[in-house]
Amino acid sequence: MEENYQLSHLKALEAESIHIIREVAAEFRNPVMLYSIGKDSSVMVRLAEKAFYPARPPFPLMHIDSKWKFREMIEFRDRYAKENGWNLIVEYNKEAYEAGVGPFTHGSKVHTDLMKTQALLNGLKKYKFDAAFGGARRDEEKSRAKERIFSFRDEFQHWDPKNQRPELWDIYNTRIREGESIRVFPLSNWTELDIWQYIRHENIPIVPLYFAKERPVIEIDGNLIMADDDRLPEKYRDKIQMRKVRFRTLGCWPLTGAVESDADTIEKIVEEMMVTTKSERTTRVIDFDQESSMEQKKREGYF
Amino acid sequence: METRKLSIEEYLEQDEKKDLLRLLTAGSVDDGKSTLIGRLLYDSKRIYDDQLQSLERDSRRIGKAGDHIDYSLLLDGLKAEREQGITIDVAYRYFSTNKRKFIIADTPGHEQYTRNMITGGSTANLAIILVDARNGILTQTHRHTYLVSLLGIKHIVLAVNKMDLVDFSKERYDSITSEYLKFAGSLGLEDILCIPLSALDGDNVVEKSARTPWYEGPSLMEYLETVKIDRDINLDDFRFPVQYVLRPDLDFRGFSGKIASGVIHRGDTVMALPSGKTSRISRIVTYDGDLEYAFAPQCVTVTLEDEIDLSRGEMLVKPEDRPFSGHHFKAMVVWMDETRMDRNKSFFLKQTTNTTRAHIGEIDYRVDVNTLEQMHSDGLALNEVGLVHISTSSVLMYDNYRDNKATGAFIIIDPVTNFTSGVGMIIGPDEEAAGNGEGDLVIDMPALGIGPEHFEAVEKACRYLRGRGIDVKCKR
Repeated sequence: MEENYQLSHLKALEAESIHIIREVAAEFRNPVMLYSIGKDSSVMVRLAEKAFYPARPPFPLMHIDSKWKFREMIEFRDRYAKENGWNLIVEYNKEAYEAGVGPFTHGSKVHTDLMKTQALLNGLKKYKFDAAFGGARRDEEKSRAKERIFSFRDEFQHWDPKNQRPELWDIYNTRIREGESIRVFPLSNWTELDIWQYIRHENIPIVPLYFAKERPVIEIDGNLIMADDDRLPEKYRDKIQMRKVRFRTLGCWPLTGAVESDADTIEKIVEEMMVTTKSERTTRVIDFDQESSMEQKKREGYF
Repeated sequence: METRKLSIEEYLEQDEKKDLLRLLTAGSVDDGKSTLIGRLLYDSKRIYDDQLQSLERDSRRIGKAGDHIDYSLLLDGLKAEREQGITIDVAYRYFSTNKRKFIIADTPGHEQYTRNMITGGSTANLAIILVDARNGILTQTHRHTYLVSLLGIKHIVLAVNKMDLVDFSKERYDSITSEYLKFAGSLGLEDILCIPLSALDGDNVVEKSARTPWYEGPSLMEYLETVKIDRDINLDDFRFPVQYVLRPDLDFRGFSGKIASGVIHRGDTVMALPSGKTSRISRIVTYDGDLEYAFAPQCVTVTLEDEIDLSRGEMLVKPEDRPFSGHHFKAMVVWMDETRMDRNKSFFLKQTTNTTRAHIGEIDYRVDVNTLEQMHSDGLALNEVGLVHISTSSVLMYDNYRDNKATGAFIIIDPVTNFTSGVGMIIGPDEEAAGNGEGDLVIDMPALGIGPEHFEAVEKACRYLRGRGIDVKCKR
């Protein structure tokens, strides 16, 4: 039989990511994989399972729980980790949570800072992780397009976009001093379509919220927000209507807009994506709360 | 649209099989580089409505394209550079057509940022070098072309942009391209395509333009979709740097890594370096099942028939085709650090999966990247390129970068700041430093009157002999 030595783009991306994941496991003392429960995280976790097969990945998953995630996400998270033998760490900002911080009362900026960025920074510090994988892709957002795959963070976990280490070939500089860390993005070169292709090809389980279904939603400032639990403020309760919707990205339920859709299979999602006229992150409320807001958040330590 | 006739399942099956072309764009702030990339993204429908709306809004507010949409604003992501009006770092862009997927590394042409172009170009299959038709070939065009040749990028497009501003003059185009081809030829670059363009108006970007009836070649997009890249990777010499040792239980001991080059089959005899012990490949393990064979750049885990000691940083090769191994080699080094190279310092050097202490010895010369002149140097400064002698404390297994990028490339890390201070491309062993130069057979090709067109063939023969234990070297 004739041998074929050419990799499809999907297999080439898979190989690149596995190489990155193994490199971290080999060179860092105490790595962790940040798990957001979204579709990108689901792909990243599968790649980690592949990288060390037949052994288990030598690092835990960590989920930063903002306490405002969709209930279906939490159920999915716990089931996936259990069924696949992952050591799952869940961290949240206890102090802010007990003080009642949330997007409806404190606004998206304060909520995101305390429940996501600060909770993440505290989680990384608590376990002294020296490398943290994230599922961010460069095609998602402009400031991410310029970030290295191995992205250096100083002792305050800040990112300096103007002073990044040159990154060449597939040789990654993993050297850091005590207290410093590296964020690693194995999916840097994947596009949204690549992710869906891979999920389809590999039968990777994802949270059902990605598929269209009749769900209770309210229109708030042009976003279709799903009423996921009883913390929905009184004033919106009589405005709930059932619409057939799905989510293109998943975050905190009051901050993640749904899109009206009939796409209940991966094929239909891809079809919808190809004719869609809105980019993925428009359904994320937090990207729009200040100019260049993602870059600002990233500098401060958010992914 | 043709794809409409396909069902979504058929489309996905087809899309899955597309290959990936990585490309680098180089040009100065004013050559219209960002506009060209914006145009490629726009015409391949990679710009969404909301991005287009903010683009139109920003074009009016801070754009520099008059009444036109300023496509460059799509690319200049970071706040700081928006204020300065220039791209300051490497940005990656993604688009796909019916034939291929593309990753563009957008890098600045500004002098201070040569290191960014080197960064963006290290994985590129193809480079697009832009020139402004009004200005023709500039110093920076030489610089970009030299760096492309240094990085070993195989395919080049010279995009002669802003043809609309020279009335699509064939004479102007011909004089620019003949000057360029002469220069590129002197660097040994072969696969070059010149295209007359107007990125702003879209001439010859995706569709062939009626305004250049005298131009017979393909449009830029046609070329990007069809240029052959399957031979860009070395599939001849099997190199498997061990990245990670897997030992889930007492019955399984696997060596994980990315195949840097070449092909391996189950049952093949392999040699571990530097130990020289041999064994045979018993399994090629992946999550998706065992393989009969695997090739670069696949990531696999292999198991061996014999229990031989092997750890990260060591390499599996075929006994009849070995790389160089040693402590001393010569390399072209590009300095990436604001702090000047200090030859008294001991650096870290990382090559494949090996990190070792390294000393920088003699510098034969540095190259003025604008004139290509060789100058004296006793330490490289930021953005300088030179031929440097390097000694490492551990033994490294390597090839010449020209033959094998994956095993010929390395980075130099400052031991105090941990910054990636330099990057290098290996030219060959440093026999003098190794102290074993005397008894060796050296084929001095120029001295023997062998023409440069035969260098590669002779070197291939040398590699073959070396692989069979006859230590013979080639000198250009």
